[in-house]
Amino acid sequence: MEILFYIFSTLTLLCGALVVFNPFSRNPVTSAMFLVLTIICMSGLFVLLKAFFLAAVQILVYAGAVIVLFLFVIMLLNIKEEERQRFRKFGTFLGAAAVAGLAWILVTTVMNSRAGERSVANNAGETKPLGELLFTNYVLPFEIVSLLLLVAMVGCILLSKTPETEEETE
Amino acid sequence: MTGVGLEHYLVVSAVLFCLGLLGVVIRRNLIVMYMSLELMLNAATLALVAFSHFQPPTPNGSPFDGQIMVFFIITVAAAEVAVGLALIVALYRKRQTIDVADLTSMKL
Repeated sequence: MEILFYIFSTLTLLCGALVVFNPFSRNPVTSAMFLVLTIICMSGLFVLLKAFFLAAVQILVYAGAVIVLFLFVIMLLNIKEEERQRFRKFGTFLGAAAVAGLAWILVTTVMNSRAGERSVANNAGETKPLGELLFTNYVLPFEIVSLLLLVAMVGCILLSKTPETEEETE
Repeated sequence: MTGVGLEHYLVVSAVLFCLGLLGVVIRRNLIVMYMSLELMLNAATLALVAFSHFQPPTPNGSPFDGQIMVFFIITVAAAEVAVGLALIVALYRKRQTIDVADLTSMKL
């Protein structure tokens, strides 16, 4: 179990870094593919945490739908190899320094809080109680989320209407 | 310490969040910045699932609360990606670029 944790977490962080830095090509498609790998490794971590339903949802929704949407947009826009811009040294350095500071704060906070001492690993993770909770205690947020999805759908249709079709409907 | 505890998952989550933030800060391609945003959201979900798994039993709180929250985060992230990518496509139609260095004026 422990070796699996280290394998999955190393792969997650490695692929996440490759999404951002992407030394292989300047094409965003490679970044999207590394994002798929990150998602898959992370769902492995979810399985280790006994969240089986969420691991499945993670692969279905992220790797299956979100990344396909990304690839679809990249290919729709027909972005050629992004030209290698002049490397903005100053901005990159400042950004990296700020993020490194934040990482330092986060990691030291986690280490100093010693949250693990009081924690007990429970084996909850079955789908059935999750669904029961979703339709009893959390039924209002559930319905609100459905409204949010409707709004997002209408917004997408409005945003992606081309000017030509607007003229046709007028 | 013996075994893999809550801290290990939280450190992975923190590092992943910082990687995503770094991507948003240093990359200039809108789509790659958007993928970095997804990385940050995923780091948050990992932390919540870890909290959910290591939560000690309490009288008023189910061990599934964290997982329910992750469920909602995934739903909201899907909606957010759809709207954001539609915005990027609309922007690209107007300006023919997705480099944020060229998108500095608010006027279309």
